[in-house]
Amino acid sequence: MLHFANTAYDTAHLLDTGVLILSFALLFQRRLFGVIRTYAYQALILAAAAAWQAHAQQAPHLYITAAIALVFKAGIVPFVLQRIVTAFNIHRSIETALGIGATLVAGMALVALAILLVLPVTTSSGALTRESLAIALSTVLLGLLMMISRRNAVSQVVGFMSLENGLILAAVGVKGMPLVVEISVAFSVMVAFIIFGIFFFHIRERFDTLDIHQVERYRGERER
Amino acid sequence: MTGALLTLLQLALTLAAAPLVTGIVRWVKARLNGRRGPGPLQPYRDLLKLLRKETVVAENASWLFRAVPYLVFALTWLAAAIVPSFATGLALGGSADLIALVAILGSARFLLALAGMDVGTAFGGLGSSREMMIASLAEPAMLTVTFTMALLVRSTSLPHIAEFLLSHDVGIRVSLGLALISLMMVALAENGRIPVDNPATHLELTMVHEAMVLEYSGRHLALIEAAQMLKLVTYLSLIACLFAPWGLDVGAVPGHALALGLESWLGKLLVGALALALFETGMAKMRVFRVAEFLGGSLLLGLLAAVFLYVSQGL
Repeated sequence: MLHFANTAYDTAHLLDTGVLILSFALLFQRRLFGVIRTYAYQALILAAAAAWQAHAQQAPHLYITAAIALVFKAGIVPFVLQRIVTAFNIHRSIETALGIGATLVAGMALVALAILLVLPVTTSSGALTRESLAIALSTVLLGLLMMISRRNAVSQVVGFMSLENGLILAAVGVKGMPLVVEISVAFSVMVAFIIFGIFFFHIRERFDTLDIHQVERYRGERER
Repeated sequence: MTGALLTLLQLALTLAAAPLVTGIVRWVKARLNGRRGPGPLQPYRDLLKLLRKETVVAENASWLFRAVPYLVFALTWLAAAIVPSFATGLALGGSADLIALVAILGSARFLLALAGMDVGTAFGGLGSSREMMIASLAEPAMLTVTFTMALLVRSTSLPHIAEFLLSHDVGIRVSLGLALISLMMVALAENGRIPVDNPATHLELTMVHEAMVLEYSGRHLALIEAAQMLKLVTYLSLIACLFAPWGLDVGAVPGHALALGLESWLGKLLVGALALALFETGMAKMRVFRVAEFLGGSLLLGLLAAVFLYVSQGL
């Protein structure tokens, strides 16, 4: 089993794991700009992974996915988010609902969960598909964890988009996935991004802060 | 017989090279900071000066305080003899594996922490308690790296691991990459390098190692500093042996292979020292309470490495 002297496999695996590690890095970051920058790196590696899969699978349409990831996610989105943070003068440090250490432990548990879930389902497929799916599902779960463990709306948006990076990773890892899926996913993110932008704007206008807590207090959900 | 000779050669060479490696790191750091800095040979002069100086011992110091420098130096030197740095046929290769290496370095640290508390000064106790905190986090991370290697190679013996990696076409393994990053983070913490501890200060409240050995002077201090330098070389050799074993003498052609092994070892040490200096110049020291997260990250990477090894081997 140890003779995977297969560059296509090794490189794909390496890039996939890079995306996963950066998901952990997102959970590790304490500063808002750090989070946004880490997200940009993750999108960059995602673009590299998609391009590599396009090369390895002889599927030129995946280059488009790579280009979308490179231009839109690694370029425009982080830039706009940084502009939002500067323009609205949002507090730059991150408040977590859970400690950083505890979040990382929970993240590790989620990775184990993803692997336990994926391995029995994919016993018939090759090692590459199996690992790609396990890593992609872990990335999705870590994105969810990021969304629930952060108080700040900007970092919740970044969590959502890193979740979506995991989806794209799963889509490019499986052979023969049509382009429709990726374009639709990419567009849904764009829409979500616009919605979130408006959402920010409204919260900011009404409550003078982007702390979700204020909304909860306003609705009388809980007192802290 | 050759095993014993190789071990003696390695003991001598490691001891001879250790101050030079530390000197190179300091010199490159000074250059990168825009200072002239003392030359790479300065640590030799420092050690000689300390050996000639009078040794002052506090009035209420026990026998432990006097014994510890010798024990720490001996243990660290022994650890240096375990890691196959230029040849795998070392005499201790069969009897001491990675876990033994961790244990030996751990005992050296334990003794040093005891000595730090022995005199009863505030700084010593503070340094010892911090050192133990770092150790309690670094050792699990180090052990997960060990387990990852053991899962891959089916052995914890260092010569076996190096020979396996040299003889099999392992490829770019993600698990190995994760384990490498994890081990490098552990090495930074264990050697008191910059994100965890600042090796160039005696004057900060955040110091760890220097606080612990603040009471030492003269030949005791020389031994402790030499042990610290040996430890740095041991870790560099360990990383090179586990993740870049190329050029290691596996006992194929006598003579020629040994020369190649020595050259590649010196090259790797140089590369490691330069990389360390670059990294330290680019980083800021982190708060003591962030160290737990730093090493937690290292443990996490080690665990991920082991997990992904399982996934790729298909259970």
